[in-house]
Amino acid sequence: MGKVVNITVAGLGGQGVLKVTDILAETLFDAGFDVKKSEVHGMSQRGGSVSSEVRFGDRVYSPMVPAGETDYLLVLDATQVEVNLGKLRAGGVLITPEDVPLSELENPKAANILMLGALSRHFELPEELWLKHIRRNLPEKLHELNIAAFRLGRRGKNAGR
Amino acid sequence: MSEKELVSGNEAIARAALDSGLCLGVGYPGTPSSEILENVAALGGRAEWAPNEKVALEVGIGVAFARGRSIVTMKHVGLNVAADPLFTIAYSGTPGGLVIVSADDPGMASSQNEQDNRRYAIAAGVPMLEPSDSQEAYDYTIRAFELAERYRCPVLLRMTTRVCHSKGALVRRPNASPAPAIAYEKDVQSNVMIPAYARIAHRKLRAKLAELARFNEEGEFIHEDRGSDELGIIATGISYQHARDAAPEASVLKLGMTYPLPLERIRKFAAGVKRCVVLEEGDPVLVEACLAAGVKVEGKAEMYRFGELSVGRVRRILAGDTTPEAAPPAGKPPQLCVGCPHRRTYEVLRDLGCIVTGDIGCYTLGVLPPFEAVDTCVCMGASITTGLGMRHALPEAEARRVVSVIGDSTFLHTGINGIVEMVYNRPETGHVVIILDNSTTAMTGMQENPATGRKLDHTPAPKVVIEDVVRAIGVDHVDICDPTLDRERFAGILKERLASNDLSVIIARRPCILAAAKARAYQLGGK
Repeated sequence: MGKVVNITVAGLGGQGVLKVTDILAETLFDAGFDVKKSEVHGMSQRGGSVSSEVRFGDRVYSPMVPAGETDYLLVLDATQVEVNLGKLRAGGVLITPEDVPLSELENPKAANILMLGALSRHFELPEELWLKHIRRNLPEKLHELNIAAFRLGRRGKNAGR
Repeated sequence: MSEKELVSGNEAIARAALDSGLCLGVGYPGTPSSEILENVAALGGRAEWAPNEKVALEVGIGVAFARGRSIVTMKHVGLNVAADPLFTIAYSGTPGGLVIVSADDPGMASSQNEQDNRRYAIAAGVPMLEPSDSQEAYDYTIRAFELAERYRCPVLLRMTTRVCHSKGALVRRPNASPAPAIAYEKDVQSNVMIPAYARIAHRKLRAKLAELARFNEEGEFIHEDRGSDELGIIATGISYQHARDAAPEASVLKLGMTYPLPLERIRKFAAGVKRCVVLEEGDPVLVEACLAAGVKVEGKAEMYRFGELSVGRVRRILAGDTTPEAAPPAGKPPQLCVGCPHRRTYEVLRDLGCIVTGDIGCYTLGVLPPFEAVDTCVCMGASITTGLGMRHALPEAEARRVVSVIGDSTFLHTGINGIVEMVYNRPETGHVVIILDNSTTAMTGMQENPATGRKLDHTPAPKVVIEDVVRAIGVDHVDICDPTLDRERFAGILKERLASNDLSVIIARRPCILAAAKARAYQLGGK
């Protein structure tokens, strides 16, 4: 049985945590992996902390990343790093707003996709596959802006530490 | 066979309903069930929001009396509201496939309790299917329609938050199960539950359940992973997925139909392993059934009854670890949105020192700082009625401070009955009800309701006018105001009504800021 890779995306309600996770999950699924994605909706999400998880590999069972076994932790909001750090395994990769060229971003609303770009550097998948699922998940008028943000993140600052 | 897609359990159920020739989907929004009917409609099927779950189930029963296939969706607590029709339709059954989705919320991601609705299957005597991922949610929904028709009984499809909202692979089978033609046949012995016929129907029901137990033993809904003889795990729903990660070496017996149980198959499995553990989220329903049947199994420690299971918790259960669990660090708590119309209302209630009986919706968050203005929250519609009870019981000075707050969708769900009670059994000090009308069912994801003027798919619909309803029931005063725009007027009316012995309804009307933009788009014809 091949190893299952665990990714956790965290942030605050309204930052696009669920959108990033959808794009991530669909891209990996399209690349031929078995994928499961987990999230929670409803009252606990109103304006509060939000996190969503993606697991991929040859065969994935539980949709939830076991505690402390996140391989890649993507945190979209600086205030949410501390509360999510315990999810990361020793030696896992943490990506926070500090690791991406936020100031070069045209529109701060695309920060989530910029950070997805930074995460994408860790997986050997063609850029076009990522762009396909960005386009599928966002309205057409936002494509250009978000594709530019993705490429900016993918080019990297010091993506991951 | 269609292409593989990545979908949630709720999306899978919607696809299955359409691939089974669904006649009508009907329900009331409630996390984690709401996306099922939204997806039915988005994929071109017929779906509608009913004012509450009892109404939804009864409409579904009518469809199935006409031999149509109907799916009725609700969250776990919704089944309490729909329990009245459930217990009797279990006796009579319907010629058409009637599938009731109960979406349970262990861990209470967005609920007021974590009741375990497997108990309903036992109490009402209806078969229950429990999928553990999106593909099973699809397959079981299709089979649920077929079993409901074959055995002439409703089928409960029990989902849980993680199965509803997790995405996984799905392969559809278009036209998997053609629906029978719509046709009504009069059959009063089966369909009219007067005592003489119901006595016969109850015996028939028990015979059907015995037949269903034999069917379940045949194994269509049983999956066995043969591993070590040392450890055997009996699992249902999401627990199966956790078990495979937590103990890949174990033998696992997964049960897809959890009522009536295949007890002989369970007995055989348990006899073949040295140690047999029952893994189930929530109440010890399965383990107690096994023990009662004399099967040697062990359950989980009481501490794991609370909340969701996870891979980590399953490891602890298997290791017999009952040391305290580390609490995850607290994130930012939920709150009313900036610009939420309820904010101003709660500021006034807080500043006036009101005793506020609350209800179910975003506005329950008024209990948290900076408002701390909600005193009670029980269930849908309970704000008005519990407020009346407090008015009856409390001494006058305190009774005068009692105010009930309820949202627009909740008012139409079960709040109307409270207004009838208020007019009929009037407290000496009168009462004040504030209907927080934000023109949407906000908490569950901004669904339409009978007062928004739009149907489930956001196309125009006749509108139930809330102020006309409360006037017609006979309250003394009905005022409409917008506390965000005119706080002083709202506070003035409220103070005046609290000082009087009158029955007053104040409609605090201002659209939800998240829904307002959507509503404008619907009006322009977009979706």
